[in-house]
Amino acid sequence: MSDISLTVNGRQVRATVEDRTLLVHFLREHQGLTGTHVGCDTSQCGACVVHVDGKAMKSCSMLAAQVSGSTIVTIEGIANGADLHPVQAAFKEHHGLQCGFCTPGMIMSATDMIARHPEGLDEATVRVELEGNICRCTGYHNIVKAILAASQAMSKASKPKAKKAA
Amino acid sequence: MYSVNYHRANSVADAVKLLKTGDAKLLSGGMTLIPAMKTRLAAPSDLVDVSRIAALKGVKVSGKTVTIGAATTHYEVSTDAKLQKACPALAELASMIGDPAVRHRGTIGGSIANNDPAADYPAAMVALGATIVTNKREIAADKFFKGLFETVLKEGEIVTAVTFTAPAKAAYQKFRNPASRYAIVGVFVAKGKANGKDDVRVAVTGAGDDGVFRAKTIEVALAKSFDPAAVAGAKVSADGLMTDIHASADYRANLIGVMAKRAVAAANG
Repeated sequence: MSDISLTVNGRQVRATVEDRTLLVHFLREHQGLTGTHVGCDTSQCGACVVHVDGKAMKSCSMLAAQVSGSTIVTIEGIANGADLHPVQAAFKEHHGLQCGFCTPGMIMSATDMIARHPEGLDEATVRVELEGNICRCTGYHNIVKAILAASQAMSKASKPKAKKAA
Repeated sequence: MYSVNYHRANSVADAVKLLKTGDAKLLSGGMTLIPAMKTRLAAPSDLVDVSRIAALKGVKVSGKTVTIGAATTHYEVSTDAKLQKACPALAELASMIGDPAVRHRGTIGGSIANNDPAADYPAAMVALGATIVTNKREIAADKFFKGLFETVLKEGEIVTAVTFTAPAKAAYQKFRNPASRYAIVGVFVAKGKANGKDDVRVAVTGAGDDGVFRAKTIEVALAKSFDPAAVAGAKVSADGLMTDIHASADYRANLIGVMAKRAVAAANG
């Protein structure tokens, strides 16, 4: 057993876990944060993507003990109260989902992608960057559209004049 | 996953000590080991996490000498500005491993110590004539990789860094399996210097029965003329190449030539 201490969505969390506990199980079963999904369970599909110290990672392929001391953000932690995060809003606006199972991972990967590309995104880049996220419903078209729209909205919002940022 | 004891090492010396516990294994990014443990293909009693040891992290470039700490992630390698200048081919190779989330965790030391026959880094290490530095010795990449998932690393030996001289020209080209995205054939071509003379090295991953190897016939052809056209004359034998449901040995032999040609074209810019 390991005593772990980490920040989850801004909240300081302490727990004693079996060393083999995967981060995704810790989040879902110990923390009740079931927005992070287990899809393939083999680190291919990306439904389990969360941010660890600001970087997108697959929580099904990490131990909770490995991230003791780290800061975790899950899909539950990105909205600002009742205001959706711009990426969430764009997925809603552009209908970037059907069944919604892959969506939390898609959105966490998308926010990471947008942060790593302050120069902006084009369709080809988005598609390459989405390599680790699998959707079996939509054929990606609206997902890509949503990410491009969010990227634009966020770069506008980050300029001093605009006040649209969520 | 079977039950396991997790330890976080604070230093290499600490890791060496912890490695003596039961049937312990080193854990770096865990992008191979954790999935292998989940399917019970691996079942170490203890895990020694070396990924947070500061001394094992980072890229250093001094003149033409590049040193990369073993716990440096693929993401860090791919985005390091100094490396992008000194040896852009290696930074680009790192950007082609797995997907963004995997690159945020997986490390160069973990990849070469695991020596997956389709991993990208082994080809780069061999073609760059890199030296693998461990807590005990320095090993030439040519001698480091032994076979499938096998290296010359001994018990208690930990890869701490890799180091090489940046070549004048280099490039990596990979033909991916469309499903797994691993290399069916990956070829790293480097044109550097050895003993004051031009030295062309061509290393192949994904194709060999025994993992990474050098395509000597292509090296000879490219030493005469470092041009894509020169590759056409070099015959690559299918002996010792893998045949599986994705590609036959003959198909892989042909792909080695094709990828080498593309790599030389890319290296020449």
